[in-house]
Amino acid sequence: MSEIEVTARRIRELERAFRRENLGRSWYKFSRNPLSVVGLVLVVTVILLAVFAPYVTPFPKHAGAFTDFRHAKTPPGVMYLFGTDQIGRDILTRIVFGLRSSLLMAVLVLAIVVPPGVFLGLLAGYFRGTWVDVVIMRVTDIFLAVPPLILALAVASVLQPNLWNGMLAVSLMWWPWYTRLVYGLSSQLRNEYFVAAAEVNGVSLWHVLFREILPNTVSSVLTKMSLDVAWVIIIGSMLSFVGLGVQPPEPSLGSMVADGARYLPDQWWIAVFPSLAIVVVVMGFNLLGDGIRDMFASEQV
Amino acid sequence: MTEATLLDVRNLSVHFSVYGGVLKVLDGMALSVRRGEKVGLVGETGCGKTTTMKAILRVLPATARTPDGEIVFLGRDILTLGPRDLSQIRGPGISMIFQDPTAALNPVFTVGEQLEAVIAHSASAAGQALPRREAYQRAVTSLQEVALADPQRLLKSYPVQLSGGMRQRVSIGMALATGPNLLIADEPGTSLDVTIQDQILRLIQSLVNEKHTSVILITHTLGVVRELTDRVYVMYAGSVVETARTPKLFAQPSHPYTQGLLKTVPRLTGGGIASGIPGRIPDYLHPPSGCRFHPRCPHAMDICKIQKPSFSKIDDEHEVACFLYSEKGKDRREP
Amino acid sequence: MTEEILSVVGLKKHFVVGHTRWPRRTPITVKAVDGVSFSVHEGETLGLVGESGSGKSTVAYTTVGMYRPTSGRLTFNGRELFADNGGRPQQLRKEIQIVFQDPGSSLNPRHTIREILSMPLRVHQKGKNRVEQIVRLLSHVEMPPEFMYRYPHTLSGGEKQIVGVARALASDPKLVILDEPTSALDVSVQAKTINLLLRLQREMHLSYLFITHDLSLMRNVASRVAIMYLGRICEVAETAEFFSNPLHPYTQMLLSSIPVISAAEEELKPRKVISAGEIPSPVNIPSGCSFHTRCPFVMEVCRRVDPVMVEGAPGHQVRCHLFRRSHDVESRN
Repeated sequence: MSEIEVTARRIRELERAFRRENLGRSWYKFSRNPLSVVGLVLVVTVILLAVFAPYVTPFPKHAGAFTDFRHAKTPPGVMYLFGTDQIGRDILTRIVFGLRSSLLMAVLVLAIVVPPGVFLGLLAGYFRGTWVDVVIMRVTDIFLAVPPLILALAVASVLQPNLWNGMLAVSLMWWPWYTRLVYGLSSQLRNEYFVAAAEVNGVSLWHVLFREILPNTVSSVLTKMSLDVAWVIIIGSMLSFVGLGVQPPEPSLGSMVADGARYLPDQWWIAVFPSLAIVVVVMGFNLLGDGIRDMFASEQV
Repeated sequence: MTEATLLDVRNLSVHFSVYGGVLKVLDGMALSVRRGEKVGLVGETGCGKTTTMKAILRVLPATARTPDGEIVFLGRDILTLGPRDLSQIRGPGISMIFQDPTAALNPVFTVGEQLEAVIAHSASAAGQALPRREAYQRAVTSLQEVALADPQRLLKSYPVQLSGGMRQRVSIGMALATGPNLLIADEPGTSLDVTIQDQILRLIQSLVNEKHTSVILITHTLGVVRELTDRVYVMYAGSVVETARTPKLFAQPSHPYTQGLLKTVPRLTGGGIASGIPGRIPDYLHPPSGCRFHPRCPHAMDICKIQKPSFSKIDDEHEVACFLYSEKGKDRREP
Repeated sequence: MTEEILSVVGLKKHFVVGHTRWPRRTPITVKAVDGVSFSVHEGETLGLVGESGSGKSTVAYTTVGMYRPTSGRLTFNGRELFADNGGRPQQLRKEIQIVFQDPGSSLNPRHTIREILSMPLRVHQKGKNRVEQIVRLLSHVEMPPEFMYRYPHTLSGGEKQIVGVARALASDPKLVILDEPTSALDVSVQAKTINLLLRLQREMHLSYLFITHDLSLMRNVASRVAIMYLGRICEVAETAEFFSNPLHPYTQMLLSSIPVISAAEEELKPRKVISAGEIPSPVNIPSGCSFHTRCPFVMEVCRRVDPVMVEGAPGHQVRCHLFRRSHDVESRN
C-alpha cells in the first residue's frame, strides 16, 4: 500500500513538470508568429498604463475638471508630449485615462456577456433538435437581427447617458454572438465518443456540459474574447463620439476624437492622437487574438 | 539499378522543425521502382512511408526542412526541379490515390468538374490545348475504365451522393486519367469494407497490368502486399530494413523486425495471437543511435548500438539492413 | 454450460432520418437492427462480424444504453435493461461497459488521463484516494503511472486505446463490449492490445462482446462468432466450426475476400465467391432475403421470402433458404 503512496507522491511532482512543459509548448506555438508577440507587448503595455494611470501620467489632474486656457491648443512638445486640447488639458494624460475607461468597459461587458452567452450555447447545442434549441436560438436570432449599433444607441439614449448604461447597451447586443459560436461547437462535440463514454456511466448533465464539452470550446471563446475587446472599445468610442456613454469631463477616446475633429487640420493633434491610440489598442488585441488561436491549434507533423 | 528504372530514391533524409528541436524522421531512405513493376512499401504508423511519398511529390508541410538526398524520376532529380517542371511530373508522371477517398474529393464540385479539371491541367502541363468536349470524353472513358456504370450521370453527381467504394473508384479514375508512369496508392481501400476493398484492389491490379503503369503500394496490411506486389520494401523508423521479391519475403523473412511483424499477424488458421514486438516506435527527436531498431531487437549486439547497418545481400534482390547478416554477425545468426 | 449473462431477444432499432416530400410525408426509416437475438455467456467472447450497414455497432450501443431499442427485450443476469422509461440504474451501468472504436475521439483531448479515469471512479466507487486508485488501474493495464498527467495527443494510438480499456474497467464490470478495439491500430500494437485484453479477461472473469470486421483476428479471439448483414444475423457457430465450415453465402464471400499471408491460410479459404455490386443502404433493404441482390446462389424464393434461422449443422445456426430444418445440406452447387 505504501508503495502506491510513494508513487502517488512522485506523480504529483511529475505533474508540476508537465505543467511547465505545457506552458513552454504553448509559448512556442504562440510565438511562432512574431506579430503575436508584438500584440502581446502592446496589450500588456496598455493594461499596465491603464491600471497605473494616476501614477504614470504627467498631469493626472487634467483627467478631471481642469482648465488652463493659457496653455490651450499647445502643439506637441517637451512638456506636453501630445500637445494640449482646446481647454489646455494634456492630451497624453487624457488618452491614458481614456484607455482606462475603454478597457474597463470592455472587461466588464465581457464579464457580463460571456457566461450566459456560453451557457445558453452549450445548452442549445446539446439539446439540438429539441424545443430547448428552438427557443434559445430563435431568441438569439431576434437579438442578432437588430442592427447592433442601433440597438446600443437606442438603449443608451433611453437611459441616462453614462459609462454603466453604455456598457449595458453594448452587453445587450453582444451575448448572442457567443451563444451562436458555442452552439455550433457544442452540437458537434456532443456526438463525440468521449461524451458518450461519460453518458454511459450516468454522469449528470452538468458534468457533460461543463466538464466534457465546455473545455473544448475554450480556445474559440478565448480567441473571440480577445478580438472582442477591440470591438467593444470601438463601439464604446462610437457611443461616446455621439455623446452617449462616458460623459465629460471624464476623458473618453471617442469624445476626444469628436471634440478634436472640429480643430482639424490646424490643431491636428487634438483628434489624431486619440485616433491613433484607438488604432494601436485595437491592433494589439487583434494580434493577440491571432496568437491565442495559434497557441490552441493542435500540432501537426 | 539501370534497366528501365523509373524512380530511384537515394539516401533521402527529411527532418521537421518542431517544439523541442528537430524531428529526424527519414534517415537514409532508399527505394527504386522499375517500369511496369508493382512495389509494396510496408511499415507501421509513424515509420515515414507517407513522408517519403510526400517528399517524392514535393508536398511536404511547411515545418519540413529541405530534404537531403536524391529522388531521380525518369532521369531527373525531383528535388531540384522548379514549379513548371514539377507540374509536368505531378499528374502525367506520378499520380496518387489517397487512403480516404472522401477527403480526396472536393465536396462542393461535381465529379465531372474535378475529373475534367485534372485532365485539362495535365494536358496543359504537357503543352497541349484540350477542347472541353475532348476533356469530357476522356472523363467518361476514365469512369468506364474503373467499371462505374452510367458515367454520364455520375459526372453530374457530387461526391457526397456516391458510396465509399464508388468514390474510391472515382479517385482511381482521376489518378489514372492523366496517364501516369507511376501510381502511388496510399492504403487504398483501408477505409472500405473488406468485400469492397477486394474489388478495388483487383481493379487496381487489372488496370496497372493493362496500362503497364508502375505502382508503389503503401500499406500496413501484409496480406494485401502478398497478393498484389512483385517486390516489397519493409520500412522501420525512417529507412528500409529489408527488401525482397514478394514471395521470398514471406517465405524467408530475415530482418528481426520483419520476422516480428509477420508473427503478429493473426492467422486464419488459428493459433492465437503472438505477443507483439516489445517497446514503442522511437522518438524522432532523440532517435536511437546506430540501428534504430536495436532497443526492440531480440538479437541486438553491441555494434548495433554504435553503427547503422548497411545492406547485406542475402539473395537475388533480397537485401537486409542488419548486422546479423554482415560479416560481423555471421556467427550470431540462427540457422 | 456456463451461465448466460446477457440475453438479447428480437432487438430492433430503427432510426427515422427524414420524411418524403409533400403531401405523403412518409417517414424514411433506417432499419439499422431489424430483429437480432443472441446471448453472451459468462467468461466467453462472442464475436460479432459485419461490414458497414450491418448494424453491429448499433447492437453495441443499444446494449450499453446509448440507444433505446425500438422493440425487443434485453436482460442482464435476469434484470431488464430497459425497464420503463427511466434511465438505466447505476448498478447496471457499472456492469456493462464499452470500449470505443476510434482512440482519437474516445478520449477528451482537453482532459489529462487522470481526469479521464477519475470520471467512472467518481461515479461508481467511493474512496478518497483517487490518485492511488488510478495508479492501481494503470498498473493493471500495464501502463506506467507517469501517464496520468499526460494529454491524449501525446499518446500513441495503442496507448490511447489502452486508456479506453482502463476507463471501461474502472467500474469493475462483468460484460465489456469492444467495438472494433484494434481496427485503427498497427498489427504489432494490435497484438499487444489483444493479449492484454485476453489476460484481463482471465484475471477479472470478464465476458466480451467483440465486434470487428477482421475475420483473421476473430478466429483467434472469439469462442463463438455471429455474422451480421443489414441488421440481421446470418450465421452463428462456435469459432472453429464457423471458419472450417462456413454455411451462409455471405460468410463465404467475406472469407474468400480477405487477404492472408500464408499458403496454409489460402487453403482454408472457401472457393472464391466474387463479390459483385455494392452493399445496399439500410434505408432500402431488399425484399425477401436481404442478401439476395448479391448472392451467387440466389433462388426464386429468396427474392420473396425472408428465411428464418435454422440449424444447418450441429450447434451451427444459419438463416438461408439453402438449408432446411435438418442437418443435411442440399442444393449447394
